[in-house]
Amino acid sequence: MAENSFLPILIILILAIVFAFATVGLSAFLGKNTYEKGKLKPYECGVEPVGNPHIRFDIKFYLIAIFFLLFDIEALFLFPWAAVFIKLGLFGFVEMFLFIVILLLGLIYIWKKGALEWD
Amino acid sequence: MIFWLISTIIKIIVVFGIILLAAAYLTLLERKIAARIQNRLGPMEAGFHGLLQPIADGIKLFFKEDIIPAEANKALFILAPIIAVIPALVTFSVIPFGAPVKILGHIVPLQITDVNIGILFILALTSLGVYGVVVGGWASNSKYALLGGLRTAAQMISYEISLALSIIGVIMIAGSLSLANIVSAQSHIWFIVFQPAGFLIYLIASTAEMNRVPFDLGEAEGELVAGFHTEYSSMKFAFYFIGEYAQIVVNSAIITTLFLGGWQGPFLPSVIWFIIKVFAVILVYLWFRWTYPRLRYDELMHFGWKFLLPLALANIIVTGFVMILLGK
Repeated sequence: MAENSFLPILIILILAIVFAFATVGLSAFLGKNTYEKGKLKPYECGVEPVGNPHIRFDIKFYLIAIFFLLFDIEALFLFPWAAVFIKLGLFGFVEMFLFIVILLLGLIYIWKKGALEWD
Repeated sequence: MIFWLISTIIKIIVVFGIILLAAAYLTLLERKIAARIQNRLGPMEAGFHGLLQPIADGIKLFFKEDIIPAEANKALFILAPIIAVIPALVTFSVIPFGAPVKILGHIVPLQITDVNIGILFILALTSLGVYGVVVGGWASNSKYALLGGLRTAAQMISYEISLALSIIGVIMIAGSLSLANIVSAQSHIWFIVFQPAGFLIYLIASTAEMNRVPFDLGEAEGELVAGFHTEYSSMKFAFYFIGEYAQIVVNSAIITTLFLGGWQGPFLPSVIWFIIKVFAVILVYLWFRWTYPRLRYDELMHFGWKFLLPLALANIIVTGFVMILLGK
């Protein structure tokens, strides 16, 4: 068994999962259960809840999610490159410079399109 | 083999216990520091200077009524705080917290496991934190919770890009994704000297990633009551806090490892140095919270996308350029 294996991570993951479920379960078991209907309504500052809680929300959140997907994947490409950067030398730098410039152009494009504006 | 297994399990149990204890006592530390900054005393009643306060809070939350709203999605509602807390507890497993020690003729590294993609592992786990928030906000079936969950999700994914990019410079200099190698690469000079911009971007982006003031838009008390955990009570409520405070400890440990030389330092034992540095970074996080007012949501998004992201990309280019110039 190598010292650098993922086995300890599995052990700590199982420990964390067991701890989390046991604590929540125990607390639900120990806590008092004097439910009355009013308490189980969604909180709206003490007045009766109005309308459907799953309201429609701004399309901007969806756009942000798409930008995240694009930029985070492109950021991920940089990790293997950075790890071997010293060996790649000038060639690797120029390659990645072009890559980052393209990334920046994309950012400037969505910026100019007004996709990052919130009002 | 047997020795490796036993030493690993002992390390896991000790680290796990310390993270939980640290998360609990950070609540006290935060209240004490808040009090000092605002010129008052903070918790004083439970134990000497309030030292038993976290334990009292824990016991109280254990016995509290466990309310699940009638219209909530029950399974997701219970699962969300658990999802929020698990990544925070597991992340520490790849962080080296001391120099290797020799026990019974075996060399034991003071790190639970040194995987060769340690940084990617950390980034993967910290980004899982967003699920706890967005699932909790959605499952609560409450307007405040939904709005808070959405806002926080958009904020966390926006700052995560800068967070990931700010580390690239460190990896370029160290030439490795393993945290043990990154620490040993800093034996002469800490990486904060080569990567001051990377350090600042990581510090700011991680504050936003943890939803702490001045980036706590998702739980802005003034407008959203408590944001995504409005409907939560009892231990599930506490779990969001354990997750947040464990995340502070973990992020401070990551900053220490990546930028502040890890466990290395003169005279004192390595573990003591590690604790001192982590504690210093924790204090900076707490200091932020009680110094800055909350940003507006559009300011927050502009700052993340239009300032931090280009800065992080520029940092990578400048780092690469200087390294080529110096012929490293």
